[in-house]
Amino acid sequence: MNNNPTLPREHLHHLRIGFTANLVVAASVGAYGSVLGLLAAQKGLTWFQLLIMNLSVFAGSAQFVMVDMWFPPLPIMEITLAVLIINMRYLLIGASLNPLFEGKALYQKILFIHLVADENWAITMARFHKTTTSIWFLLGGGICVQAAWCSGTILGHRLGAVISNPEQFGLDFSFVAVFTALVFSFWKGRQDLLPWLVAATVAIVSESLLPGKWYIVCGGISGALVAAFQPVKPEGRTDD
Amino acid sequence: MINLTPEQATWLTIFCAATITYSLRLSGLLLAGRLPKTGRFKKFMDALPGTILLSLIVPAAIGAGPIGWLATALTGLCSLKTGNVFVSMLVGIVIVAAGRWFGL
Repeated sequence: MNNNPTLPREHLHHLRIGFTANLVVAASVGAYGSVLGLLAAQKGLTWFQLLIMNLSVFAGSAQFVMVDMWFPPLPIMEITLAVLIINMRYLLIGASLNPLFEGKALYQKILFIHLVADENWAITMARFHKTTTSIWFLLGGGICVQAAWCSGTILGHRLGAVISNPEQFGLDFSFVAVFTALVFSFWKGRQDLLPWLVAATVAIVSESLLPGKWYIVCGGISGALVAAFQPVKPEGRTDD
Repeated sequence: MINLTPEQATWLTIFCAATITYSLRLSGLLLAGRLPKTGRFKKFMDALPGTILLSLIVPAAIGAGPIGWLATALTGLCSLKTGNVFVSMLVGIVIVAAGRWFGL
């Protein structure tokens, strides 16, 4: 099985197929990235500041909220807290990647985890149970998504003057559209019905009751709790 | 409070956001190793990807109005039937764009 150290050639192959597998999603990442670029240009961020933000933060919805809150003097604490809340899911996303990183060196974890976005994570996890995948596949996807994200946002920033009303072209909806298209790759069957209903309901209710983006964490956790505790086989044990 | 120039404030904000985000990514991965890998906890973790994405979408989709609802429903249906993410996404965007074009 794994007696020989894996050849760099195989890593490269996985890097490539990971990149290719994410191209389709990357197109939509670029599309909503262009909307972020337009907004950022209006808020007075330079293309270079935006580029550094893309490379270092690399989280779509959080960056949208950051730019949304971008009024001088910058509310640094509030923005940081908002980013913490929106990106709380990365704690769970990181944890869900643990099986993929099983037996990998710490430096690989430290390096590879940075290029984990919703999109390449979703595509890697969707493959995880069906066929072989690896951290190199994940990284290939990350590079692809990062490249699309940077190109899209910078393009949007540069074309800021040309497209003055991106809403008219439905570009602001691309965020919802891409995640809606992605979510069904996680549908495993009837057993998901109740957890998904609960997640959606809790998300709607907490979105109207709580500030910020807490609803994402609330909905996600409640749905997953239902999945964990719904009876599949008769079980008497409830201890943990 | 220390007085920052707008330039400094910009970089500090980006730095804070980046540090927070990276810390969450890495600590999730590192802490998961100390958590149980079977039973309820595993079911919980397995269900999370779907429920988090769903929680991200639903309020945004509802806020998008009737055309947005139609677009979301057809995007989801298309994704479920074809498994093609790009085509499904395009369906949603085209419907919303068309709706706005006709002033719906």
